[in-house]
Formats: sequence, structure tokens, C-alpha cells
Amino acid sequence: MAAATLAAAAAARPAGTHRRWGLLGRRLGFYLAAAWSAITLNFFLPRLMPGDASGAIIAKLQSVSGQQMTPSQLEAIQKIFGDPNSNLFAQYADYLKQLAHLDLGISISSYPTPVSDLLWQGLPWTLLLVGVTTVVAFLLGTGIGALAGWKAGSRFDTIVSPLTIFTSAIPYFWTALLALWLFGFRLGWFPLSGGSDANIPSGFSPSFVLSVLRYGALPAATIVFSALGGWLLGMRNMTVTTVREDYVLLAQAKGLSGHRVLLRYAARNAILPNFTGFALALGHVVGGALLTEVVFNYPGIGYLLYSSVQQRDYPVMQGVFLIITLTVLLANLLADSVYILLDPRIKEGA
Amino acid sequence: MRTAFLASWKVRFGLGVLVFFLLLAVFGPWLNHLLGLDPQANDTSAIARPPGGGHPLGTDQFGQDILAQIIAGARGSMYVGLLGAAVSTTIAILVGVPAGYHGGRVDGALTFLTNIFLVMPVLPLIMIVAGYLQGTGLTTIALIIGFFGWPGGARTLRAQSMSIASRDFVRAMRMLGERGRRLVFAEVLPHLSGLIASMFLGAMIGSVMAEAGLAFLGITDPASISWGTLIQSAQQQGAVLRGMWWWFVPPALCIALLGTAAAMINFGVDELANPKLRVARPARTPRRTRRLAQAGGNR
Repeated sequence: MAAATLAAAAAARPAGTHRRWGLLGRRLGFYLAAAWSAITLNFFLPRLMPGDASGAIIAKLQSVSGQQMTPSQLEAIQKIFGDPNSNLFAQYADYLKQLAHLDLGISISSYPTPVSDLLWQGLPWTLLLVGVTTVVAFLLGTGIGALAGWKAGSRFDTIVSPLTIFTSAIPYFWTALLALWLFGFRLGWFPLSGGSDANIPSGFSPSFVLSVLRYGALPAATIVFSALGGWLLGMRNMTVTTVREDYVLLAQAKGLSGHRVLLRYAARNAILPNFTGFALALGHVVGGALLTEVVFNYPGIGYLLYSSVQQRDYPVMQGVFLIITLTVLLANLLADSVYILLDPRIKEGA
Repeated sequence: MRTAFLASWKVRFGLGVLVFFLLLAVFGPWLNHLLGLDPQANDTSAIARPPGGGHPLGTDQFGQDILAQIIAGARGSMYVGLLGAAVSTTIAILVGVPAGYHGGRVDGALTFLTNIFLVMPVLPLIMIVAGYLQGTGLTTIALIIGFFGWPGGARTLRAQSMSIASRDFVRAMRMLGERGRRLVFAEVLPHLSGLIASMFLGAMIGSVMAEAGLAFLGITDPASISWGTLIQSAQQQGAVLRGMWWWFVPPALCIALLGTAAAMINFGVDELANPKLRVARPARTPRRTRRLAQAGGNR
């Protein structure tokens, strides 16, 4: 039986590689379909809502700029937000054509800046802040969770685990507000809002980098604080379950040192569900920091969305949604590919 | 099983808190009336007053009593929590269970739908939808939250019903000629009730927190009272920067307490359902018995 499996495995190796690439192809197909449905949703959203969205936008743009719009500008807006006088299919084709040229329209609130320029300004801030904090929270939470699960029932575990249940039930924005009040306002250790010192020109100068770090420290700390709990509890429970497995008992019986058993035997398997969660979390890097950016006035994508909703700036709202969705899909595709290539046991649907 | 369920202190604590807030939501206005409090009344003689005197939790910027608002807000928050959870759990059942039970092409289509909703960024999407729908009361908010909150639950239910569908009793009923729809809802679904209950609990606290987040972003209609709109108005009036902690701490504490309660119940149920999670404490038992013995001796 075992010999037969081995032989089959040896023979199936090239076929297995093929299968894996086939799997990757199917996932790619899914992501393309998902991207298409996001774009289509974006198309229908303004058209399904009550009222004439494009008419409202044109009226607003004209009142902001104080001048009549040129026919080509009018046409561009009607392509994105709906023209009451043309049929839906023609509109859809025009909309796709416009997107293919990366033309997302003009912002109402900061007329006449194109929406795509605003997006490019915000993207690096968000990617840096949330990307770094997601990784840090994952590593820290998983590490502490493994320790708590390893020594389940110990004093460390009985203090840390219920405390984490409580902290992860606190609404995030409230943690952020409290941190802002305590460390920013009362103690004055950190600046109250913004992404960097406005007096320092942006660029790769040391003073600018230092100022970005100083402004980013408090938002980053609050994100790590509230994201930590989920990783910690997940890893703790998986470790508690894994530690009871026979192969862990065997490793202990062999007389291996404690940390070796924990790291090489228990944690290695316990981490798999957390890793899947990590892949999903990476996908939400761009859209996930909405509340952080609002509390700290951080100049990223989330703040852009917030201010555009406040000012009913529909072109920007749509552009932000599109870029958030596309980055989610891209990150998930990347995570999926790495996962499929890393774990040979993975099957479709797993 | 029932006694085991209540034997866990985590479950008892969680259920107690949950029932307390449910009662507060139902009888809150009556309780306010009984205490002689009115969440809308402006006491001009006590503006931004810290706790004490006639106002046990102090007053806000406009002289409104915080305790009265917390009690009134319980109804708003619990309403959004229950309605949002009901909507999302229903959709999750309708999508997840048939997908897992039927398999094949049905599964393919429903899983595809689930995965698309799963990768959609929910909070930004809700913000945009709410931005188009100008003026959003608590019901609209709850419906939107429920409509975008189901895919995680659907995935879990799909996996579970897949395993139940292949069990012998389901096969036997199918061989007896029972209809597909009845099989799904009368044979498979009852076996998922525990899972669904814990999903509902998770969805409820998720909706309460989502509502608080949306209120904070200024999307909820400020005329409706909930813990979220309470924090939002505190934030808008600069309560944080003025050190009026009695204004913004209690509502968030209520949300956190509710969340902890839900997590505790789910934790306790998990430990019952999965004995591997139950932690044996060989080192502690003797100490505890010794302490118990001492306590008994002292008494």
C-alpha cells in the first residue's frame, strides 16, 4: 500500500505540477470574473439609486467651477454616471472604454483635479501604514497566541486570553480616539493629525522620513493593538488543539526541548488557519484603514473616501471603491498563488 | 447537555450580560420614565457636568442626561444588531446550506457568489451605498449591514452541510423518497442549529460594531439614538479633547461588554463542542481543592 502510493506519487509528480498550474488558472479565472463584477457593480450603483446621478453631478460641477462645461466634459461624466437619454448597453460599452483609458472623471470637491491623481497621492500612505501594521500584528499575535496555547491554563494564559477577548470587542475607532486624547493631547508625545510635517517638503530626505515615522507611530500602534486579538485567539485555540496530537506527544517523548517541540511540531501546523486569514487581511490593506485615517486625518485612500462621501463627491467615491476592490483581488490572487505553490496538500475548495 | 451548557462560567457570564442588554432594549424607555429621566430633555442648569448629583453619569454639552441616553441607545443598537444579524444569517443559510447539500453545479454557482461577496471590501461599499441613499435611519443601516455581512457564515454552513448531507440518515430519507427541499430544511438544517446560533451571536455583535463605525463616520441619521450616534456626537462636540470622559466612555464600554459577552458564550460553547479545547489543569486542581478546604474550615 505504502509502496504503491510512493510509486504513484513519483509517477504523478509532473502531472501534479500540471494540476497545480491548472488550479492556479482556475483561480485566475475567478479573480477576473470578480473584477468584472466589481466594475459592473460600480456601473450600476449610480444608475440604480433614486434620482439622476449624472445630472446632479453636472449641476454641482458647474456651480463649483462657476462656468458652463464643455460638451466633451459633459459626455465624459454621462459615460460614468449614466445618461438618461441613451440605452443601457451603449452606456456600458462607453463606460468600459473610458475605464480602459484609466479616466475616472474629475473630482467635484477639488475641481479640476482628475480622480486618478487623487488616488495616486493617497495610495502610498495607506499601503505603507496598513501594510506594515498588518504584518506586525500578525507576527506578534501569532507568537503570543502560540505561547498562550502551549501553556494553556497557566497564569499567562488565564490573564492574556480573557483580556484579549475584551480588547478585541472594543470598537476600533474608540481605541484610536482614546489613544489620540491620551498620547497626542494630554501627554503631547505625538502629533494630533496628518501624515507628515507640512513644513518639510516630501521626498527621500532623512528629515521627511523621520517626520513620516513620527506621525505614523500612533495610528500604527492603534491598528496593531486592535488587530492583535484576532490572531492571538485563533492561534491560541489552534495550538491548544494541536498540542494534544499524537505526533506532539511523540516529540515530547523523544525528549526534544520545549521550544523545539513548540516551533517545529505544534506551531507549524497550528499556524495554517491563521495564514489563510493573513492572506485575506492583506487583501484589506487598502480599504481596511478607513477609520484609522479618519480619526488621525491621515492622507490615505480611506480619508479620501470619507471626505468624498461627506462632500457627496461621487466621481471620487467610485474611483476609490474601484481601486480598493481591485487591490483586494490582486492581493488575494497573490496570496492564493503563494499558498498553492507552498502547500502541496492543497486541493480545490480547501 | 443543557446543564453542561450552563455549568461553564463563561457561558453564564455571557448570557447574563446579553439578557441584561436585551431587557434594557425592551424596557429602556419605561425604565427612563420610571427613573424620571428623559434623553431629549436639556437641563440648562447642568451643562457638561461630570457624574454626580441629579445626573448619575453626568450630562453632555447640551445638558442632556448621559445615563438616559445610554438606556435609550440600547434599543437602537440592539435593534440594528438583531435585524442585521437576522438578515445576514438568513442569507447565509439560503446560500450556504443548499450549496453544501446539492454540490455540483448549484454549489459552483453559489460558491462563486459567496466568494465574490467575500472579497468585496464591505465597509467602503456600505459607505458608498449609504452615500447614494441620502438620509439613512437605523433600519436602512441594519439592512445594508446584513446584506453585505453574510459570506463568511455561508462558507462555514456550506462546509458543514456538505458533511451532513453524506451521512446515513440523510441518505436513508432520500431513499424513502423525501423531496429535496424538505430534506434540506427539515433533515439537514436542524443539525446545524448550534452553529447557526453561534453565527447569529457573532453577526449580532458585528452589526452593533458596524453601526457604531458607520455612525462615527457620520452616515447614520443623527436623530436616531444608538450607542454609535452617542459616540459620534461626543466626538463632534470635542468631548475627547475636552476630557469629558463620562460622555464617550460609557457607550463604548457597553459595546465592548456586549462583544465580550457574545465572545464568551461562543468560547464556552466551543469548549463544550470540542473537548480538545477544554483545558485540563492538573497543576491547579490540588491548589484549588486546598483553598476550598481552607475556606470550608474558616467558615
